[in-house]
Amino acid sequence: MATILAVDDSASMRQMVTFTLKGAGFEVIEAIDGVEALSKAQTAKVDLVLTDVNMPNMDGITLVKELRGLPSFKFTPMLMLTTESAGDKKAAGKAAGATGWIVKPFNPDQLLNTIKRVLG
Amino acid sequence: MSVDMSQFHQVFFEESLEGLDIMEQGLLALEPGSQDLETIGAIFRAAHSIKGGSGTFGFGEVAEFTHILETLLDEIRDGQRVLTGEAINLFLQSVDCLRSMFDSLQTETPLDMESANALHKQFEAMLHGTDAAADTSEAVDASGAPENDAPASTGWVVTFKPDLDLLRTGNEPVRMFRELEAFGEVTAHCDLEKLPTLGTLTPEECYLSWTLEIVTDEPVESIKEVFEWVEDESDLTYAPLGTKVEAESAVETADGNEAVPQVDADVPETAPEAAAVAPAATAAPDVAKRSEAAAAVVKANSGKKPDTSIRVSTDKIDALINMVGELVITQSMLGTLGENFTMANLHKLQQGLEQLEHNTRELQESVMRIRMLPISFTFNRFPRLVRDMSQAMGKSIELLIEGEGTELDKTVMEKIGDPLVHLVRNSLDHGIEMPEDRLAAGKPETGQIKLNAFHQGGSIVIEISDDGKGLDADAILAKARKNGLVAPDQELSTNQIHELIFEAGLSTAAAVTDVSGRGVGMDVVRKNINELGGGIEIESAKGVGTTMRVRLPLTLAILDGQLVRVGTHTYIFPIINIIESLQVKTEQINQIAGGSEVMRLRDEYIPVVRLYDVFQIDADSTRLEDGLVVVLEFDNEKVAVAVDDLLSQQQVVIKSLETNYEKVDGVSGATILGDGTVAMILDIQSLIRMAGVRQSHIQKTISL
Repeated sequence: MATILAVDDSASMRQMVTFTLKGAGFEVIEAIDGVEALSKAQTAKVDLVLTDVNMPNMDGITLVKELRGLPSFKFTPMLMLTTESAGDKKAAGKAAGATGWIVKPFNPDQLLNTIKRVLG
Repeated sequence: MSVDMSQFHQVFFEESLEGLDIMEQGLLALEPGSQDLETIGAIFRAAHSIKGGSGTFGFGEVAEFTHILETLLDEIRDGQRVLTGEAINLFLQSVDCLRSMFDSLQTETPLDMESANALHKQFEAMLHGTDAAADTSEAVDASGAPENDAPASTGWVVTFKPDLDLLRTGNEPVRMFRELEAFGEVTAHCDLEKLPTLGTLTPEECYLSWTLEIVTDEPVESIKEVFEWVEDESDLTYAPLGTKVEAESAVETADGNEAVPQVDADVPETAPEAAAVAPAATAAPDVAKRSEAAAAVVKANSGKKPDTSIRVSTDKIDALINMVGELVITQSMLGTLGENFTMANLHKLQQGLEQLEHNTRELQESVMRIRMLPISFTFNRFPRLVRDMSQAMGKSIELLIEGEGTELDKTVMEKIGDPLVHLVRNSLDHGIEMPEDRLAAGKPETGQIKLNAFHQGGSIVIEISDDGKGLDADAILAKARKNGLVAPDQELSTNQIHELIFEAGLSTAAAVTDVSGRGVGMDVVRKNINELGGGIEIESAKGVGTTMRVRLPLTLAILDGQLVRVGTHTYIFPIINIIESLQVKTEQINQIAGGSEVMRLRDEYIPVVRLYDVFQIDADSTRLEDGLVVVLEFDNEKVAVAVDDLLSQQQVVIKSLETNYEKVDGVSGATILGDGTVAMILDIQSLIRMAGVRQSHIQKTISL
């Protein structure tokens, strides 16, 4: 089953995302910010990245940019979790190499639908 | 799949409350006009997380309230707006408001939206009212938008010309085509025109473009949604199936004018809602009645205690797992030893048992450490308190915090919060002088309050010190004499006089202000601290300042106990309460009126309690001089308890008697001893009560 790297500084969001994804049979690697995600990404095989945008230490947009620079993440789908008000964030994320976004607030079904869409 | 979101609520509440703490600390650190982007960013992130989470976990009111807060913060962060003192105050009030909202959510009581709405209005005013206008226009747009009954076509023709670097964002045309197939039959014509020769081809680039025909009843919005992520880096056109794609006039571009009315994806949901407004309005009185009834029902449940949980660092858990690992090794070693045991192996067995003891102790310590939190959780509320109160009183006060990493048990921490607040309020109110008085006394204008915490032995010590005016011993003594707390001819040392402030009935109306003295005196502070098994002492010099020193046990789960024997029963005294143990002589004992007994010890009279009487058991002897008395102190009252013998001292794990049986007078809990017998832990406070007479009372009677 596909492995998803889920990055969010909020423990409750991580818990919800992980619970939902594992329930659907995905493997999940959690990270609390961009820095941890980047370090975990070096050693793991990841099929999809799901990242919050606003995080301390390294935000989601920088993370996407950094990951895109790694050979193993050249084509990996990367989705940003963002609020509807952050139109400029979507553009900045796209410019950094993000595949798309999931608008917050979202429910577990929406999350799964989007991820299944991307992973096929 | 359906996921029960309520399972994430507790974690969400906790992190939101932490977020509010971060916001509060950040706000307190910011001066008006500050451009400290790091702090502002941290405040913004906290608000943003609360908003995102509350939306996701179904707390719409919180999400809505946080949204406007976030908007203002965002403008400040982007430099569009200057951070004013007014804004800081408003943000701080919002933090309070959110805290009380979370309180209500946790206890499942109805949210009080009044202050939230008032703050919301103030925020809108601060945003120049532009937001309110924008909101209405949005609402008008939504209600004015056509219903989603756009003439359904038999299908759509999409031309899709992606930019070269489409693949580099992880987007995959095949994925989109697959999604389109879910809507109906898809015919794709691929345009290979731009495909370069093999020599110049970069495999990571997308040279292809497509014309797609989708036979479907779906509206164009569903089709557009598939391309939502790539519309900025592609040329996309949509046209109803059957019209010629080449006919430029019918072609609509992603961001141009559209022949088909575009409906925002959210509108289908809002439109029926708007339609439902009218009937809802007529039914309003009914609704009001019903919600009243609902409120009454909820009120009945409002005593519900929120679940408590604790966040533990991974380090602590790793240490615990390590310990368990060692314990298992020791256990298996002992197991092997036991299989073929010969006396020759006795020293190995002893070694093993020693190791087991060592492991157990370490395991116990690790487990205890899980409940330990840094005192910063409590200290962090003081910067706000000091700021607000010093502003209100017109005093200039600097707060210094040290030792905030010092850890103590979560329960102790929860219970010590209020007494500490009281002590800090006291320093603020009675300790630190007004700026002009300070200058007149030759002190710096700004007063200083210092909080410090450190470990000492098995206790944590918390100091609250100020450089204020100190205690006025003469005034205290005069008041104590007037109130009858001290006999007119009784001589007291300065220290003893200072101790008097912990007596009930010393604090008088003259000392009551709206800040401290809210009907809670220092006597209550000391009682609360005593109940935690701790103590408080005071050190003060007139004109120089006061230091309050609170000493608390690190945990409430374990107690250092003195085992005593009465007949065949074993009881436990908390060592912290024991003053001394001695053999008494008959002439030291006096009967007083009411049948109580007192013991004269040096120049004190102490009430005597016979444990065998209290618990109606048989003792070795009913003559006090045959056994021992243990002198105990609690809340400055002493009691002498008669027992047959003193046994060992040991740490005991406290088990609640109430949970397992019922409350028993004179007993605070129970424990299981090494030999498996149950022993009662005695409650000194109630033993003092059982003595029938108070030491302080005897003392007064006798000295009069």
